[in-house]
Amino acid sequence: MAEKDVRILAIESSCDETAAAVVRNGREVLSNVISSQIELHKLYGGVVPEIASRKHIEKINQVIEEALLVAGVTLDDLDAVAVTYGPGLVGALLVGVAEAKAISYAKGLPLVGVHHIEGHISANYIENKELEPPFICLVVSGGHTHLVRVADYGVYEILGRTRDDAAGEAFDKVARAIGLGYPGGPKIDRLSREGNAEAIPFPKAKIADAPYDFSFSGLKSAVLNYLNGCQMKGIEVNRADVAASFQKAVCDVLVEHAMLAVKESGLDCLAIAGGVASNGTLRASMEQACAKNGIRFFRPSPILCTDNAAMIGAAGYYEFKKGVRSGLDLNAVPNLKLGER
Amino acid sequence: MKILALDSSGLVASVAVVEDETLLAEYTVDYKKTHSQTLLPMLDEVARMIELDLESVDAIAVAGGPGSFTGLRIGSATAKGLGLALDKPLIHVPTVDALAYNLYGVQQLICPIMDARRSQVYTGIYRFEGDTFVTVKAQRPVALDELAGELNALGEPVVFLGDGVPVYREKIRELLAVPYRFAPAHVNRQRAAAVAALGVQYAAQGRYETAAEHAPDYLRLSQAERERAARQGGDGGEA
Repeated sequence: MAEKDVRILAIESSCDETAAAVVRNGREVLSNVISSQIELHKLYGGVVPEIASRKHIEKINQVIEEALLVAGVTLDDLDAVAVTYGPGLVGALLVGVAEAKAISYAKGLPLVGVHHIEGHISANYIENKELEPPFICLVVSGGHTHLVRVADYGVYEILGRTRDDAAGEAFDKVARAIGLGYPGGPKIDRLSREGNAEAIPFPKAKIADAPYDFSFSGLKSAVLNYLNGCQMKGIEVNRADVAASFQKAVCDVLVEHAMLAVKESGLDCLAIAGGVASNGTLRASMEQACAKNGIRFFRPSPILCTDNAAMIGAAGYYEFKKGVRSGLDLNAVPNLKLGER
Repeated sequence: MKILALDSSGLVASVAVVEDETLLAEYTVDYKKTHSQTLLPMLDEVARMIELDLESVDAIAVAGGPGSFTGLRIGSATAKGLGLALDKPLIHVPTVDALAYNLYGVQQLICPIMDARRSQVYTGIYRFEGDTFVTVKAQRPVALDELAGELNALGEPVVFLGDGVPVYREKIRELLAVPYRFAPAHVNRQRAAAVAALGVQYAAQGRYETAAEHAPDYLRLSQAERERAARQGGDGGEA
């Protein structure tokens, strides 16, 4: 007899997207509703935590109701509620956590607290039914840059991480410096198509004795110094060249480290995840490097790279299957470490 | 009419169930644990103790602000989740009104003060005229000096309560020209029973909102919005 379907309502509110999804058996998305606040935060040049929290509470019920409606289910058809409880902005996380706990309590549904980054990694399971651990995953977003060995479902070994800025953070800062505004990633990606990536040789940081770690603050400073230098010499800056050269410097390091990690691990499989994984240049150069090295390459569609709840439903499913249950006292943990419970 | 009420607007976390004129259960804690960890376990305990069938609740009342921004959202998100799951309406009870309602029937003016930081208190002025609960000054954030001036101008005895009392006791002594007292421990902080009792009255008047439309009433903009308004030449003041 076939195993009974597991339908999970997933809720995500760790940063500036209010999201809910219904996911069947961890890999089939029945609905994936995202209410983005990005237009609001643009006014402030970045995410304002208090404003994000206020918007979450205004939108969360509508987002959940729409997710149920689109999936064609009611709460009575569900098997569990999964929710992001960290890492992220504490006030923002708390909205989703309190809401999810109340729903799970009122309906007597099991509650599964999910790590936001495990969600990003698990986004790869949704469109790639053949992907199974073990594999190497590069997680790159506005808050995170991790090179991870996914040993099994829910079992993670961090191989490398950024020592300073996250990759996405560097994109945002450089975008601001060349007057592109927030959010920086997509804007740099777009502008760099008109630029020459070889125009300016920006440095690629290596960290002694830690071949998998990253550092992007030096690169960011190099870009700022270059811009200052041009200004002092009265040279007009070609913003497209700066964007393209900066982006190449970031992507080269990400690709290099990821290739090294796959080779050293003896695995043949790489996935990327997180908001920066929707960057066109990163996707293209990673795909090329994987093809050259005979590595199977997986990446989620852009909509599943940015913050969403479907990925939380995917990660939550494997936790649920392992018997992980959260209590009514589940709290938000803003600096939750990967693999920590 | 059975009302489940929540108040996590300040340091106190409180859960109560009132049916018509009976308080079936109340659980109030003023301890350092975060509301996120206490509120729902408290509700669970209360529900077990009185064998509460959640489906039998007619509405969920929540102290809707002002208060700690995060505390308010924990209460509101909990109420919204319950409302969504149980398909029940919400009742938004102003925090300061509910605090004042603790002192049902007192003859003096009732003045709750909640520490609002930034040298302000969230406060209002209330009185009972017979059975009628009258709002003399609606809840808002204000400096204590200004509040003292208003109370002195009203020229009547006052009872203070709320977590602003320990913070401003000296200042009150200094500024008040009218007789005043401080309410005792059993009624001087947020209590969900008062939220529920007011909730029963609101329900009789049809003052419901849907779980989806409910959001806290902070009575203040966020710092970023204030600063932005100031930069743009607005007054940057309170909402």
